[in-house]
Formats: sequence, structure tokens, C-alpha cells
Amino acid sequence: MSNKAEILVIDDEAAMRKLLEITLQSNDYNVTEAATAKNGMIMAANHPPDLIILDIGLPDASGHEVLKELRQWYTNPVIILSVQKDEEAIIKALDNGANDYLVKPFRTGELLARIRSALRATLPEDNNPVINNGDLHIDLQNRAVKKNGEPVKLTATEYTLFALFVKNEGKVLTHQYLLREVWGPGYINQSQYLRVFIAQLRKKIEHDANRPEYITTESGVGYRFVAKE
Amino acid sequence: MHLKAQKVMELFINRISKTKQYILSALFICIVSLVCYLSSSFISYRIVGFLLLITVSLLAVLFDILPVLFAATLSAIIWDFFFIPPHFTLHVNTTEDLIMLLMYFLIALVNTVLTFKIRQIEKIARDKEEREHTVKLYNTLINSLSHELRTPIAAIIGATDNLQSNNSKLTPQNRNDLLGEISKASFRLNQQVENLLNMSRLESGFIQPKKDWCDITELVYDVVKRIEENNITQRIFININPNIPFFKIDKGMLEQVLYNLINNAAQYSNEHSNININAACHADVLQLIVEDDGRGFPAEEIKNVFDKFYRLKNSRTGGTGLGLSIVKGFTEAMNGSIRLENISTGGARFTVEIVTETNYIKNLKNE
Repeated sequence: MSNKAEILVIDDEAAMRKLLEITLQSNDYNVTEAATAKNGMIMAANHPPDLIILDIGLPDASGHEVLKELRQWYTNPVIILSVQKDEEAIIKALDNGANDYLVKPFRTGELLARIRSALRATLPEDNNPVINNGDLHIDLQNRAVKKNGEPVKLTATEYTLFALFVKNEGKVLTHQYLLREVWGPGYINQSQYLRVFIAQLRKKIEHDANRPEYITTESGVGYRFVAKE
Repeated sequence: MHLKAQKVMELFINRISKTKQYILSALFICIVSLVCYLSSSFISYRIVGFLLLITVSLLAVLFDILPVLFAATLSAIIWDFFFIPPHFTLHVNTTEDLIMLLMYFLIALVNTVLTFKIRQIEKIARDKEEREHTVKLYNTLINSLSHELRTPIAAIIGATDNLQSNNSKLTPQNRNDLLGEISKASFRLNQQVENLLNMSRLESGFIQPKKDWCDITELVYDVVKRIEENNITQRIFININPNIPFFKIDKGMLEQVLYNLINNAAQYSNEHSNININAACHADVLQLIVEDDGRGFPAEEIKNVFDKFYRLKNSRTGGTGLGLSIVKGFTEAMNGSIRLENISTGGARFTVEIVTETNYIKNLKNE
């Protein structure tokens, strides 16, 4: 039995499936393919893969429906592919439990990075929540953050926000999600709070707050804490 | 200009319903008749005939043919009944008066029909002119599109053909170059499709800005990062006051505006030149300036650069002439304005100004 990760691609475009198959196989993944929502669901149920790449525009059902049904029992990562940069559709998919999204056309490097980060997130959680990322050292148990060995002083809200990012490393967190988790459900429309605290957090942890490397912007969707490789 | 005035008139006529036109025609005739009747001691009934005729002629300019014919008939009856002796009867005493009444009716009819005909002919001429304009625009579109889309497609087909059938003769360097060409061409294709999609969004007329608080510094750096990923040779300088407030604005649209402006500057300015980006807040106006130190725009063409499909006469590289018209379209969709000027020391300066809500919450206490 091989220990290669299994990826199921659900996309109706033959060219897209071929491209993904070649890309993924040459990067040591096992690939299975489905051209319709129905087949995809059957294949996922018969042999649950480690990760699913799901196209939003399928002929027999919308990807959103597939995602909702999948999420009733499937817990591994799902990465969404969408054709146009439709922010509402992307946010909806993320809210429905997608781990990440890519807008066609995308760079294969980008795809592989997203897959790696999504698969990493499914690794069993470490009991010792200490994370090293680039020159950041984060100790979640002791609520301590260090940059280049120097302690970074974060306010309570900044820390809550930052810890949320760290726990979801590599994952896009939508504006609404962050506002709900950090400030509460009543603050979902107060996007200016989020902008303020993201800017402050960046000033403290980034080399250049204007060219962020750790907390990157997903335009119109949210933010992502990126692992430096 | 003349045709435009005609068009306004046409719109005016179409906007008033038929029923209203009948009512208004009758009303006008009655008012003029009443005034004449009240002053009948000063003016003879023949003058009244002329006054009514003028009224009908004016109505012919304003209204459709049927309401005006109705007005002509009504006015002839009123003239006969109230003004031509004997009064309060349709009976006419003298042959002279009878001829006058008939002439009145004929002139009113001819006048109405002629005005209507002239309007019809003008409408045909206008439609033809509009059609010619559309055809011209369409041809420009087809020409620039077929060039802009086919060039990268040709590059992709050529390169893949080479890689497929010529593979054994190609050096690794050749192969890399061909792959590079495919990559560049597909990027260019993608850009053009993006422009076309944006254009059709604008053309459809129902784009509504989705406003949310926007950190303009983040947005500018983000767009610049995306542009720099295209391996441009120019250097980009960003100048934004750190205390600039948040703006409530459609971030996606503003990104597209800025992207197209910087991309335009990068494509048409000299290699290794400088591009400056300024963002500032004056009262509640967001001002964005993108300037380059290239050759600027020919003065006589500045007014045309935002026109759809317009390309500078001496344009060297490709382009559909859509980029800047999208900039203008999106800016105006956000209730903003854009202007272009040449800088006295050389180069072009685009200034976008958008009135919007601002928020200095940035300085809020951080607990």
C-alpha cells in the first residue's frame, strides 16, 4: 500500500482534469477523477480521499450543493475551483466548509502550495502548540510571540486575532469569520475594526507592514496566515 | 448638434402619452381661443384665424400627427362657431369667409403632415447615422480584438507546434524560450478577456458599487505587488500619508481602476522609468494620482484617451483601447471623476477623485 496522498478531482472540463492529473501525479499524489457531481459523490463515499478538488460550476449540480452534502460526513480538506473571481461565491463556499479556493486560471505552483498547506492542516494536532514560522516563534500555551527571539507585545484583541490565524495556518479566513470569532456576532459588519487590527498586527510582526509576508490579503474575501517554506 | 436637438425632441414626444397629447392639444387650442374671445373687441376674427393657425403649427412641432390633426379640426370648428359671423352657429355668411375657413383647414392639415414628414425623414437620417457609427465601432472592435486575441493565440499555437513536432531539434534553451512565449501569451490573453468582461459589465449598465471600509494603503501595495509580478522594468514609488483614513468604497472596482492605470503606465512608458503613485484625502475626497516620467500624451489626443477602443495614433504595442475606458467607467460608477494631464517636466498624470465617507477609526484606542 502506498502512502501517497489521494486526491479526488471533480471537474467537468476534460482539459482541466488532464492538467490536474499530470500536475498532481508528477508531484507524487494519487489522483482519481469525476466529471459530474453525482459520480464525484459516489467516488468520495466509496473511497474517501485525503483531499477533494471541487469545481463550483458542474453540469448536474452546483458545487455549493456538493460541498454541503460532502460536509455532512467528509472531514478532509476541500479546495474549490471557480472560474471567475466571484467573491460572493467564494465566501459562500468557505462558509460552507471549503478549506481554500483557487480562481481559474491559476498557477500550478499556487495549487500545489494550497494542497500542501491543506493536507498539513489535517495532520494530527501536536500536544505542544509551539509554532515556528520564519523568524516568528509562537507559543500558544503561554500566549507568547517572539520575532527574531525578541518578545512581541500584543494587546488582548491583537493576540486573539493572531492566535486565530496561527491555529488556521494556510487557510483563508473570511472577514465575517474573523469579526464573529474575535469581536462577536454583532460586529459582522464592522469591517473597519478588522482593518485597524490587521494593520496593527502587521506593524508588529511583519518586516514591512506594507508588504506583508505572514498575514496576506485575499482581496475581497479575507486574510491568510502563510507558512514560510 | 442639430441631430442631437432632434433626438431630444423625439424623446420628449415619446415620453408624453397619446392621451395626454390629445388633452394638451385641446387645452392649448381652448386657451388661445378663450384669450382671443375675451379680446374679440380689439382683434378681427381673421386675425384670430392666424393665431389659431400658429398654435396648430406649434403643436405640430411638439406632438404626434394624430393629436395635431385633432387640434386642427377642433380649432377650425371653434373658429367657425365662436368667431366667424354669425356667431354660435356653424353657418358661414359670405363666400369669402367660407373660402377662408376651407383654406384655414387645408393649411393646418398641410402644415401638420409636412412637419410630420420632416420629422420622419430626420429620424431615418439619424438612425442611419447611428447605425453607421455602430458599424464603425463594431469594425474597430473586431479589428483590435482580432489582433489582440489572435496574436497571443498564434504565439501559443506556434510554440506548441514547435514543441510537439520539432522537439528533437530544439535545444533546451529553445524549449525554454518557447515555453516562456506560451506563458506570456496566455497571460496577455487572460488580461484581454478580463478587460472584455469588465467592459461588458459596464455596458450592461447595472453595476452597483459594493461599498465597504477600505484600507487604501493595503489596496495600493496589493495592486503594485500584482503588477510587479509581471516582471516590469519600471520602478514604482508609493507615497501615502500613514494617517490617511479608511474610505467606504467598492474595493474591487478601485483595484481595477488602479491596476489599469499602473499597467497602462508600465506598458507605454520607457523601460526602467519611474512610476509614482500618490493617495491622499482632501476633506472627504479620495485622491489617487498615477504619474510616469515618459513622453506624456499628444495634447490633441488627451480628450479621446478615455473613449472606448481609442488608441493613440502612434501607439506601438498592442492594446484594445479598453483599459482606460474601463478606468473611466468604473470611476464614474463610483461617482468619481478622472482627468489626465501632461506634466511640465515630462510624463503623464492621471488623477482620480472620489467623494466618499471617511473614517479615522485607525487612531482608535487599542485595548
